Amino acid sequence: MTPQGKLDLDPEAVRTARRLAARAAEPVIRMARTHTTVSVERALLRLAGLSGADDGGRPWANHLADAVRDQVGLEHGVALPVWDALNTGPHGSLAGLARAAAAGRVRFRLPTGTDAAHATAAATAAARAGITRIDRRRAERDALLRRLPTGDAADPPRPLVYLIVATGDIYEDIPQAQAAAREGADVVAVIRSTGQSLLDFVPEGATREGYAGTYATQENFRLMRAALDEVSHELGRYVRLTNYASGLCMPEIATLAGLERLDMMLNDCMYGIIFRDINPRRTFIDQRFSRQIHARAGIVINTGEDNYLTTADAVDAAHTVVVSQLLNERFGHEAGLTDAQLGLGHAFEIDPSVPESFRLELAHAQLVRELFPGAPLKYMPPTKHMTGNIFAGYLLDAFFNLAGVLTGQSIILIGMMTEGIHTPWLSDRDLALENVRYVRDACGRLAEDFVPRPGGFIAERARRVLAESVDLLARIGDEGLLTAIADGTFGVTRRPPDGGKGLDGVVARADGYVNPAIEILDTEDPHAARAHEEEVPA
Amino acid sequence: MSGPGTSGAAATGTVPGAPAQPADTRQVIRPYGDTTGDGMVQMSFTLPVPAGPRADAAALQLAGKMGLDPASVVHSKPMGPDFTFFIVYGKVGHLIDYASIPAPEGRAYPLLSAQEVNRAIRRALNRRLVVVGACIGTDAHTVGIDAILNVKGFAGEKGLEYYREIHVVNMGAQVTVEELVERAKAEDADAVLVSQVVTQRNAHLHNTKQMAAAFHAEYPTAVAAGIGRPLLIAGGPRFDTVTPEDLGVDRIFGKGTTPAEVAGYLVHALLPGEDA
Repeated sequence: MTPQGKLDLDPEAVRTARRLAARAAEPVIRMARTHTTVSVERALLRLAGLSGADDGGRPWANHLADAVRDQVGLEHGVALPVWDALNTGPHGSLAGLARAAAAGRVRFRLPTGTDAAHATAAATAAARAGITRIDRRRAERDALLRRLPTGDAADPPRPLVYLIVATGDIYEDIPQAQAAAREGADVVAVIRSTGQSLLDFVPEGATREGYAGTYATQENFRLMRAALDEVSHELGRYVRLTNYASGLCMPEIATLAGLERLDMMLNDCMYGIIFRDINPRRTFIDQRFSRQIHARAGIVINTGEDNYLTTADAVDAAHTVVVSQLLNERFGHEAGLTDAQLGLGHAFEIDPSVPESFRLELAHAQLVRELFPGAPLKYMPPTKHMTGNIFAGYLLDAFFNLAGVLTGQSIILIGMMTEGIHTPWLSDRDLALENVRYVRDACGRLAEDFVPRPGGFIAERARRVLAESVDLLARIGDEGLLTAIADGTFGVTRRPPDGGKGLDGVVARADGYVNPAIEILDTEDPHAARAHEEEVPA
Repeated sequence: MSGPGTSGAAATGTVPGAPAQPADTRQVIRPYGDTTGDGMVQMSFTLPVPAGPRADAAALQLAGKMGLDPASVVHSKPMGPDFTFFIVYGKVGHLIDYASIPAPEGRAYPLLSAQEVNRAIRRALNRRLVVVGACIGTDAHTVGIDAILNVKGFAGEKGLEYYREIHVVNMGAQVTVEELVERAKAEDADAVLVSQVVTQRNAHLHNTKQMAAAFHAEYPTAVAAGIGRPLLIAGGPRFDTVTPEDLGVDRIFGKGTTPAEVAGYLVHALLPGEDA
């Protein structure tokens, strides 16, 4: 990896920053551990194998969870009422039960005594089966990565090239994704349809229509993963697949991603709150469960700090990026993610007309690299200052690529000179990859020679951003993270804890709350999965 | 608008054999490479054929059909086995009479930066401007209203929530007209935005008319938009056959509208004199 300590950061300041981030995160984590949401409960049903939807497209998981909520409430979880109904009724399967519940033909109750014990045992077996499937998919990925190695495992490691497809039609996305892989993409991200993050259900089946993107569904995940497996074998290099967990259905989408062997997921601790006006509490509760599932599935999360810089000024707000990264790291670690699963985001978004903008970019990128040496950092190209002048944009993208090489970034999203004009053409992608290849090959191991002068502009700028981050974290710790979000600390917008979408899906857990998925995820080491798989029969 | 070097006499003088034009009011222009009147243009495109001399010939033929004569392929590059990318330069013979091109009417109001919008609101209102938005009727597609209102925005522009001096209430989808009127009154809204994206049998027109009528009935003493009642704005891709008067609203925004256009219009319509 990159040689450390080029900036001579004060180790005490770094420790303080982490301690303050942990303090700010603590009350939120406590809240997440004592609450559940409709989507957490539906995720258990999906883990247990419930899929499909009615003729109107409303998923059976929603029907079943809603029926339980309406009859007995969700504060004890769906597990007891649902598996009690399965144990005692004529429904046979979860799908049968969900259909009957949707038709109003099921009376749910909260079982007690032996009935409760039986329901818990049955629910635990169902959750265990789902977790075992996720473990298998992870083992499958590990085996494929051994057989079809990727650039990040090379010596020296090469950054992963991350490309986007977004047609709205999964059957158009597939050939485009395969073409992108052949052109050099190591990671293919399928952009989601605009507004999916605000749906309180996961659409079903293969979809052919979307707005500026393709719906995230289990079937779309499966189809795309299979297509990329095919091209991975053809190329002798495993091509990773990325989608988006963020939104109102984080727990369910994370579960589906684990079941279908996605490799990376966009999962930010505050993106939905700030940019989509999703209720803060809903977000943090959903997020914890989704990240526990990602940890178990071996999925690398991508966080969304780049978005703050598209809203606020990239120089003035540089420290908010670091603060958010430290919070994402803390929430991630608490949910069981390793450093190697923390694809913390940042971006090259300083106004190119600012004097010494490139020096400032290098300072920010190197600071993030040194703060998170074990994290596969995701570096995002310029978008805000791409003006439609494709020639100037191509130059800016080259400087972005140069900054990425100099500061040892891990996942490089490829900048398109036509950013903001249209979704990338074949030729846009080809030119963008030519840009990356030139910079990478021309620079070689230039990062070794990039040693900012001690006490110079870059080192001082990095130190200042870190100091501002520590100040802000101290303030957040004093007033509380939810208050800071309500005050507009991140991305300018104010988001009160009782505002936003999805609050009505938040429920405090009662004594006797049962959710065997959470039980497994809270008590087991998510990374001992392979050993575990052998103990548990299929 | 006319600059030096584009006068009719100078331009036509470079066209051999052009007839003399007594009292010529034309202002003929052609693309400019490095010499007035050389007509040079550059373009790039992809053809779905393997690279090679035959592909180059195809590119030249396309350039010819597009009116480039002579044309030259200065760069051709294979993109995978099935596609070739070209950069072509060539001379176009087309003439444009600039004098005959009317200046487009343009927006009746200027686009303002977020700072200018905020400043105008602070100066004129001394409080935040209140915008209530919703998708009314059965339309569940919040993509339009969210593009305008959510911070995330649209086309690289941040939504109205991003403006510090605008208080946004986004009611989401499937809101009834009654709920919308009630909320607009409770919030003392300066403007109401409704979005209609996916509709059947002109339901978008019906819904919007019904909404406008409800507001007009609720504020019977209103003098004008912003004076006694909120400004009423409809948005969506299928309003291009009707006028605001037909629907009873103050403004219609079509496909591709960006948040800044809406913000500029709010200042123009609600804060007279602040959009200069």
